[in-house]
Amino acid sequence: MRLYAICVYLFLYIPIGVIALFSFNAGRHASQLQGFSTKWYGKALSNPFVMDALETSLVVAFCSALFASVFGTMAAVALQGIRGPVRATFDLLIYVAVMIPGIVIGIATLIGLVTVFDQLNPLIAAIWPDGFKPPKLRMGIGSLIAAHTMFLMALVVIIVRARLAGMDRALTEASSDLYATPMGTFRQVTLPMIFPAILAGFLLSFTFSFDDFIIAFFVAGSETTLPIYVFSSIRRGVTPEINAIGTMVMGVSLLLLITAQLLLQRGGKKSR
Amino acid sequence: MTKRTRNWLLLAPAGTWFLVMLIIPLTVVFIFSFGERASSGGVELALTLEQYTNLPARWAAFKNTMTLAPLGTMAALLIAYPLAYFLAVKTTPRWKTILLVLVIVPFWTSILIRSYAWIFLLGGRGIPALFEWVGIEGLRLINTPFAVLVGIIYGYLPLMVFPIYVSLDKLDKRLLEASSDLGAKPWKTFLQITLPLSVPGIATGCMLVFILLMGEYLIPALLGGGKVFFVGNALVDLFLQSRNWAYGSAVAVTLVVVMLITVTIYMRLISRLGASREDVSIM
Repeated sequence: MRLYAICVYLFLYIPIGVIALFSFNAGRHASQLQGFSTKWYGKALSNPFVMDALETSLVVAFCSALFASVFGTMAAVALQGIRGPVRATFDLLIYVAVMIPGIVIGIATLIGLVTVFDQLNPLIAAIWPDGFKPPKLRMGIGSLIAAHTMFLMALVVIIVRARLAGMDRALTEASSDLYATPMGTFRQVTLPMIFPAILAGFLLSFTFSFDDFIIAFFVAGSETTLPIYVFSSIRRGVTPEINAIGTMVMGVSLLLLITAQLLLQRGGKKSR
Repeated sequence: MTKRTRNWLLLAPAGTWFLVMLIIPLTVVFIFSFGERASSGGVELALTLEQYTNLPARWAAFKNTMTLAPLGTMAALLIAYPLAYFLAVKTTPRWKTILLVLVIVPFWTSILIRSYAWIFLLGGRGIPALFEWVGIEGLRLINTPFAVLVGIIYGYLPLMVFPIYVSLDKLDKRLLEASSDLGAKPWKTFLQITLPLSVPGIATGCMLVFILLMGEYLIPALLGGGKVFFVGNALVDLFLQSRNWAYGSAVAVTLVVVMLITVTIYMRLISRLGASREDVSIM
């Protein structure tokens, strides 16, 4: 039994390990180890295409994680006190957002936005003052952030709601019995208790957005995110540079994941 | 401000966002699927079933998805179950946390990079080279259904282990003791107690993995080399290369409908299984 478990763990970690190992390979060829070197990291970090893609990915991940955690938390808090059709609608929306395959979300966002933009662009051009170049709505960083935020909002609502459900109701009741305003109760009782969950939701959202390929592939327009860059490089062949980028990406995800996990655990213990 | 207005204000951003980025786009896909391909490359609105009657042209993609997705789910289940059992029943609490985290970590790192690792391992200079070394030559692994299956198992194993682990962990260990005290052989205890009680975990794990596999694009694209393609690959081709939006929309709608039907049937089966088990336990 123990041997079996070891085998499965080897299966899970050998591929990751191989990537990390070969990223320090001094040799040109991706498949022969020839001594230790960090030159591929230097090469990746000085590649302007990589840095551009990284910047786009970071901006998108930060903005969508931020919007998702703020709006998702607001929705979760409101849904806590609601029954009836509004609640049912939101439950359905969250279910749909999570259930529909990412590829379909990507497609729908692409053709939905392009269709809406095609209608809006002439309208904007018409009302724009003469002599100025009217702005043109198009796919790009904005549509990326909007699409990621939609999906991640559903994730944040689920996480924060679980935390709210685990909270002792007596605390908020006590607070309002002691004449705290609803806002006061929220700021001084509810928020500190759900904060670890919100932060964990933010970090998980950030990781998800940063790693997402399929939605970005459809909605990025002419922008390139890091996963899109990596995907198109892989298509051109396996290089040590990709190993280095991959190792860095996994390292960052790992760091964020561990932080999120610790936050969720600490939050869980505090309220008990 | 009344409680009612406050709730409306709190829900407004999320609601608007879902409306603009989820409901409207999905509706557009649905409407387009009944349209016709315009000569300009866009979609001419119509009310025709032409796109749906053309679906058999992409039959191979649906066939591959509907064989490899269940197969991959089953394979992941078979590998995940013993591990989940080991984690829930056979480890000390101290090790349990560490080992669990080690299972989840790969799931939250980029699936792109993890699939890429297998291009590396299954490619000419990876595992086939090892086989050549012991005398087996001409082994081709990359760009085969096998490679896609390996990628699937590798990518989704953590997602399968977790729910099964949760259901096995909740299981009252005294039942196992009672069973063996009453003289049941270990395998009998497993078949009559452990396995039936872990059905909810198995059901959740299989459903999660299956749903994600139905929309999979990356793994077949990277490890199937254009020979093993899923509906996802057909969709990318239709929307990003041949730009046939009307037909692509019909394929996307069909994918979602097939998924919903499969999941519904599956849930029915599972709940019936659960119900019949309860009857037995009452007797």
